[in-house]
Amino acid sequence: MTRRIVVVSAGLSVPSSTRLLADMLGEAAVGAIRERGQEADVEVVELRPLAHALADHLLTGFPSGELGAAIEKVRRADGLVVVTPVFSASYSGLFKTFFDVLELGVLDGKPVVVAATAGTVRHSLVLDHALRPLFSYLHAVVVPTGVFAASEDFGAVATDAGTTGLAKRVERAANELAALVAGTTAAPTPVAHRRTVDEEFADPTPFEALLRAASDGPPAF
Amino acid sequence: MQFGIFTVGDVTTDPTTGRTPTEHERIKATVEIAKKAEDIGLDVFATGEHHNPPFIASNPTATLAYVGAKTERIILSTATTLITTTDPVLIAEDYAKLQHLTDGRVDLMMGRGNTGPVYPWFGKDIRQGINLAIENYALLRRLWSEDVVDWSGRFRTPLQGYTSTPRPLDGVAPFVWHGSIRSPEIAEQAAYYGDGFFHNHIFWPASHTESMVRLYRQRFEHYGHGTADQAVVGLGGQFFMRKSSQDAVNEFRPYFDNAPVYGHGPSLEDFTEATPLTVGSPQQVLERTLSFRDYVGDYQRQLFLVDHAGLPLKTVLEQLDLLGEILPTMREEFAKMRKPGVPDAPTHASLVAKAGGATDSTVYAAADSATGSSDRDLDDPEVAKVLEGEL
Repeated sequence: MTRRIVVVSAGLSVPSSTRLLADMLGEAAVGAIRERGQEADVEVVELRPLAHALADHLLTGFPSGELGAAIEKVRRADGLVVVTPVFSASYSGLFKTFFDVLELGVLDGKPVVVAATAGTVRHSLVLDHALRPLFSYLHAVVVPTGVFAASEDFGAVATDAGTTGLAKRVERAANELAALVAGTTAAPTPVAHRRTVDEEFADPTPFEALLRAASDGPPAF
Repeated sequence: MQFGIFTVGDVTTDPTTGRTPTEHERIKATVEIAKKAEDIGLDVFATGEHHNPPFIASNPTATLAYVGAKTERIILSTATTLITTTDPVLIAEDYAKLQHLTDGRVDLMMGRGNTGPVYPWFGKDIRQGINLAIENYALLRRLWSEDVVDWSGRFRTPLQGYTSTPRPLDGVAPFVWHGSIRSPEIAEQAAYYGDGFFHNHIFWPASHTESMVRLYRQRFEHYGHGTADQAVVGLGGQFFMRKSSQDAVNEFRPYFDNAPVYGHGPSLEDFTEATPLTVGSPQQVLERTLSFRDYVGDYQRQLFLVDHAGLPLKTVLEQLDLLGEILPTMREEFAKMRKPGVPDAPTHASLVAKAGGATDSTVYAAADSATGSSDRDLDDPEVAKVLEGEL
């Protein structure tokens, strides 16, 4: 079975260092899964062309065209790599909006690598004070290694690819993701998997169960 | 098949003039629109229910009773009745009373309401929305079907030996639809009881409406109420038409761009493509409406939203005139396409016939010795103490 890695990149420029990091992580993840004897492919979701659709979704409550397809890719992914530029000491608004409009439950138990880029290394803790809490809230399983790259890291990649800190961090994060996605390490099962609307359509909760659930719990009056 | 209109009763500034109607103007306009709906041959007028500005849709049964007195034939309904925050005991009373006043021209549609701040005003919690809808409706059904109810549950105080009055007209409760945009649990609820399912349809893409209706139909069959094709389905719809489609687009665009729900978001063109909104000529509205059947199957009720986003009364009445012109063709075309064996939406008359005829459901009781007497029982020593200023 081919494992699907989806890379979500919130870079705004072309070319973008965010996309560059996203591609490095995506390729490394596929490589690490193949080393474990399984097939894998990677798809990229670029958020920049979805910016209008994301604003529309906030207002209308439904995804139009391409955004619907992007959300579907994330829903079906076996593992995610998410990369944002740092704006004003946190993830960008565009990045956050994409995860704001995802239905609760879509990321339950999904292995995720968090990554960010910035002009200065002084932003590096953004992974731990912004991205990690966001994905914990969404019930994703965030791998221990997050990857942060500042401008100086990319400079180092260009001169000495194999041995820099960035390449090592990419490798380590990719291996941690592969271990979860390829099933060599058991991902913790989420405590309560939240059913999505699509799951209800496919396998509706019988009304008797809804009726029992309605009156469970302490009196509310 | 029934055709009608539904209103949310919004008081919205007309973006082309900057003028906002008063509550009084909007309430009176709603009555004019309802009368016009009957005049052009529509079958249903439905009002929403809101308990906050900028709406005038509180107390829906007063509006419906008044419209009922001013009309002869049109069915009075709701879109929706808030089954979450309204005490089911009051719903049982209000709509049974409305049945009697209008000789049975009543049905209603249950909805949860998505305005967060409203719930606590009525002592409820929006996070319990589905549970409230399920428990309250189960009680409502009993209040209409059983003369004396003993009940206890989670969301209201228990009832002991309670009789809801008046009893439903002819012993038959009003037909109930359940409306939900995105909660499969509500489609399941409608299917379980064999009630109607209504999809608002106007804010979301057709593919989603299709999924909700398909689930309802499958589960309607599962619960043994008939085949999936026989399930009772209603849809919303939204249009703006002029003889020339370019005129329609030009005139409606400022209303669309500033509309409270979807304004300042997608373009009119994107939204008409993604949702059933049709802005164009009467022929375009006719064709688009007939195409709804392609993805939900033969259905029983089509309601249009025509009076929102600040459209002035005069324009709304013109829209209804135009709808009146295409209505006969719409009826004919839907009837031609309809598969044999698909039932009509239940009406009071059909429900009475199904029940084997009308029965007087009055619950007679001995005289009530408490009502009208003073609550200051002077023989009660506690009361005497209060009156004498001792407590």
